[in-house]
Amino acid sequence: MNAQVKGAVKEFILKEFLPGEDPANLTDDLPLITTGILDSIATLKLVLHLEERYGITLEAHEADKEHLDTLDKIVALVSSKIK
Amino acid sequence: MTTTRPLHQAFMDAAVRCPEHTAVLEPGGASISYRELDQLSDRLRDRLTALGVAPGDRIGFYLRKSIDGIAAMYGILKSGAAYVPVDPGAPAARNAYIMHNCAVKVALVEAGFEERFRAELAALGAKPHLIVVPQVGGGVGLSAALDGEPSALRVRTALPGSHSLAYILYTSGSTGKPKGVMLSHENAVSFVDWCSEVFQPTHEDRFSSHAPFHFDLSILDIHVSLKHGATLVLVSEDAGKDPERLAQLIANEKISVWYSAPSILSLLAQFGGLPRYDFSRLRMVLFAGEVFPVKHLRTLTELWPHPRYFNLYGPTETNVCTFYEVKLPVPPERTAPYPIGVVCSHLAGRVVDENGAPVSAGSEGELCITGRGVMQGYWSLPEQTARGFFTDADGSQWYRTGDIVIEEPAGNYIYRGRRDRMVKRRGYRVELGEIEAGLYQHTAVKEAAVVALPDEESGVRIIAFLSTKEGQRMSLIEMKKFCSERLPLYMIPDKFSWHDALPKTSTDKIDYQRLKEMG
Repeated sequence: MNAQVKGAVKEFILKEFLPGEDPANLTDDLPLITTGILDSIATLKLVLHLEERYGITLEAHEADKEHLDTLDKIVALVSSKIK
Repeated sequence: MTTTRPLHQAFMDAAVRCPEHTAVLEPGGASISYRELDQLSDRLRDRLTALGVAPGDRIGFYLRKSIDGIAAMYGILKSGAAYVPVDPGAPAARNAYIMHNCAVKVALVEAGFEERFRAELAALGAKPHLIVVPQVGGGVGLSAALDGEPSALRVRTALPGSHSLAYILYTSGSTGKPKGVMLSHENAVSFVDWCSEVFQPTHEDRFSSHAPFHFDLSILDIHVSLKHGATLVLVSEDAGKDPERLAQLIANEKISVWYSAPSILSLLAQFGGLPRYDFSRLRMVLFAGEVFPVKHLRTLTELWPHPRYFNLYGPTETNVCTFYEVKLPVPPERTAPYPIGVVCSHLAGRVVDENGAPVSAGSEGELCITGRGVMQGYWSLPEQTARGFFTDADGSQWYRTGDIVIEEPAGNYIYRGRRDRMVKRRGYRVELGEIEAGLYQHTAVKEAAVVALPDEESGVRIIAFLSTKEGQRMSLIEMKKFCSERLPLYMIPDKFSWHDALPKTSTDKIDYQRLKEMG
């Protein structure tokens, strides 16, 4: 389950925000927000995508670097919401 | 007329008038009354005085947005010293450079930043006394840091002269290092008093504090709010970037005066879900720092039709120096950005040509400003300070803003662009040269050239063109990580473009015009 979510989220981030990047460089613990890979507009796009794709709702306070800074954190957040 | 009242005097007067009123509030958390804030800042003043701090000294602070930070600011001012805030989100090396550059005597640092900061200070050979604040929030961290420490007896609040330094704000520098803009008590107080005249604040107002402490927009939020006995509502860095949280915060906290860069207002208009909330208390929306795309301003004013909207303009060197009230509604056919308006009453402005001579009405030229709000100069950079000003026949010193404007028939200035390589991003000044200097620190980089292109969504896109010694191509992730260790987030390029060599002009200089076309 987590592996599927991780694969799909990784693919989305690569396609939308890191075109041409070697997927191997996008590691599970790579900071995304604190390195500027995801700026505020990109973070919003990611949140909208996660909500739509998984039918979940992220609370306003969850759309921040505490919850979305790495692939691991994103997957943990999404998994906690999928029933 | 000169102002002799120091910047902290108006807050101290408000603390006498309304001691139990809430001065500062952290949404979802703590608040502090005027009396408590006055007392907490007195304790820091006493501690600083015991450490030998005297008028003329500089005191740094490396704290996240919090009641502790506001108390630190006033404690420093009360000791007679100038405060030097740094960006807690910026690399520790940059913050250590700033504190070393202006030789702070004492620095307040949050425990989470201490280790890296100490190491970076040591690498520079800087040894300020550090006051370590365990964790900010509610003033509790600062209070704990001051517990049990010796403090001076019978300290009185310093009342520095109007020309004494009140604070130094560091902005992006074209030579690759940030430069410190020195503002005096008179500079700050003349601006705060102008705000009082135009915005008519009262103790019932609730001001947003969206700008970080190191950003000049914070001067209005903090010092105008606390002069009038109003309540200052702090917006944390995370909430500050999230339009949905911000919309809730503005409604729930009954913000009456909002002030920020336009970029976050554009996000609020598009993604904030504004129709869901009640904004009936919002009476004024102020924005500054960059051009507000009319498309997003129109959407915002349609969703928020009641407040008055002001476009404020001014570099850190003068703070706000021109202003324009946007008349609603924004016409559907309008695409041109609104004017930056007319010069504020505590200043005077003129538009000059390359030789410093006034241009004829309706011609383009550089906006220059004189008056009580204009900075004293750049810290320890006499040549840059000299270049920043010209002196006219009657001896007045005029600050050259570097901004090209034109005066429209109605008397308002319209912003046309820059005469140098500075751009604005999310309201922050970005010298493209500083980004280039950061990129040159990469061992593989042979040539680095950075250009900025207009972008409808984000305002401006920053593109780095690079060539390397052995033709390597670094990945986007590697470059973003590399930059994030050296530059603040808002300076990290959006795109990196790799080339065997960068295009040159006939005089063998990098051809920036060509690069813009390639971008």
